[in-house]
Amino acid sequence: MKLTDLSSRTTDWFSGKGSLADIVISSRIRLARNIAGVKFISKCTNDEKQNILTTLKHNILSLEAIGECLFINVAQGSHIEREFLIERQLISRNLAAGKGPRGVIITKNELFGAMINEEDHLRIQALAAGMDLENCWKRITKIDDMVSEKTKFAFSRKYGYLTACPTNVGTGIRVSVMLHLPALKMTEQLKKMFDAVRDMGLTVRGIFGEGTEAVGDFFQISNQVTLGVSEEKIVEYFTVSIIPKIVSYERLAREELLRKNADLLDDKIARALAVLKNARLISSHEALFLLSSLRLGINTGRIKDISIQTVNEIFMLTQPAHLQINSGEILSPEKRDSLRAQQLRARLN
Amino acid sequence: MQCEICASKAATIHLTEIINGQRSERHLCQGCAQAEGIAVENQLSLNELLSSLLAAGEQVDSPQDFDRPGCEDCGMTFDEFKSGGLLGCANDYEVFGDALESVIEKTQDGNTAHIGKVPEGFDAETQQVPRSDIRKLQLQLEVAVKNEDYELAAKLRDEIKKMQ
Repeated sequence: MKLTDLSSRTTDWFSGKGSLADIVISSRIRLARNIAGVKFISKCTNDEKQNILTTLKHNILSLEAIGECLFINVAQGSHIEREFLIERQLISRNLAAGKGPRGVIITKNELFGAMINEEDHLRIQALAAGMDLENCWKRITKIDDMVSEKTKFAFSRKYGYLTACPTNVGTGIRVSVMLHLPALKMTEQLKKMFDAVRDMGLTVRGIFGEGTEAVGDFFQISNQVTLGVSEEKIVEYFTVSIIPKIVSYERLAREELLRKNADLLDDKIARALAVLKNARLISSHEALFLLSSLRLGINTGRIKDISIQTVNEIFMLTQPAHLQINSGEILSPEKRDSLRAQQLRARLN
Repeated sequence: MQCEICASKAATIHLTEIINGQRSERHLCQGCAQAEGIAVENQLSLNELLSSLLAAGEQVDSPQDFDRPGCEDCGMTFDEFKSGGLLGCANDYEVFGDALESVIEKTQDGNTAHIGKVPEGFDAETQQVPRSDIRKLQLQLEVAVKNEDYELAAKLRDEIKKMQ
């Protein structure tokens, strides 16, 4: 399995399937772990990092239950390859920009990933399309158990799993749900809702994780507290209260738009489609916003001849690194904008 | 900490102003900070947030902070941790003791003890109470807190503490 095996298609967590899929794009749970008796990354020499990488790589790749895996050496990869992995949410910006030996293990379906030598020695993640945190938790805790049979993790009775940053200590869990909230944005209710979400101790981020701005009405909501609350409780909180509530607000906003302001909605969707079908140059930023409107059009039944799967596929394949990996060469921003517009025209006309 | 304007919501914005060399601190909730025209839209990373929290608390730290020895295992000092936001090894959690605990309390919504998964075999090695017993009590504790039965919750908490 190679990177180019992935680049021609979208990823399973972005299939457009799953529960509440009209609003919830994907669910993700990651666990932070460190090897007992080994210094944390910030104090490791490159030799020590290499030892961690070798040990964890071997211990994870030898787990037959995980299925066919690919190890990617992030330290040796090119800039474009790293950006490509970020676009598919397989690695963080932090791992891409890190120093010294580091890498990622991913399964063929990309629903499991293990980053080695990011901020912690190991960060394992499980992804799912739509709202399915319970399934993510079941899968990731099982893999965590299997890895910990071979690797003793740093753990204290008082603080739980010990992590490099105390903001992750305890469970080491980060639960994230990616949402598409265009109607709340159009009806100017987003700020109010995010304030409420933040008051509940959760964080709201852009689509590509920590520190990124929200583009095209896509947002990630994650837990902030990792200590003093059990993993099951956090998963239950998201599954039973938080996400269904946000989903119902977005649905109400969509209904309200259709009832009171259908012209505004239809205009936005039609304009988006017109630009996507005709533009000769289009930036990834503009494309994300327009595809967001298109997605809203499909989910409100205003567009019937384009599927969510098609939109998701274009969304991913027209990202800057995907365009370059698939064309096999480094492209200037202008060339990328031209190629992106060309692919959009081909897929939508 | 409560917001100093509305005194009802938790203060999540901690502002340090230095005017003509005079340092002053303000602690506001998101809503009041915005009403005051303080831009809070920028997303800080968790590490940045932690560093700024640590920096805000710097003035009130006790003088012995300067003399606090570093960790013998990794060489990390508390000052170094304060500026970078990252610890050097698992041992730092013990070495930095109470100073670190107060940081953890601030960033973890007042929590200072783990509830949740325990690695398989951890109890056998340390010859402690089987984790399933503690786990059972922890679950009961969660239910008690949910039901707002604080008397029972306190009792369960004490029992769990004893078992640990």
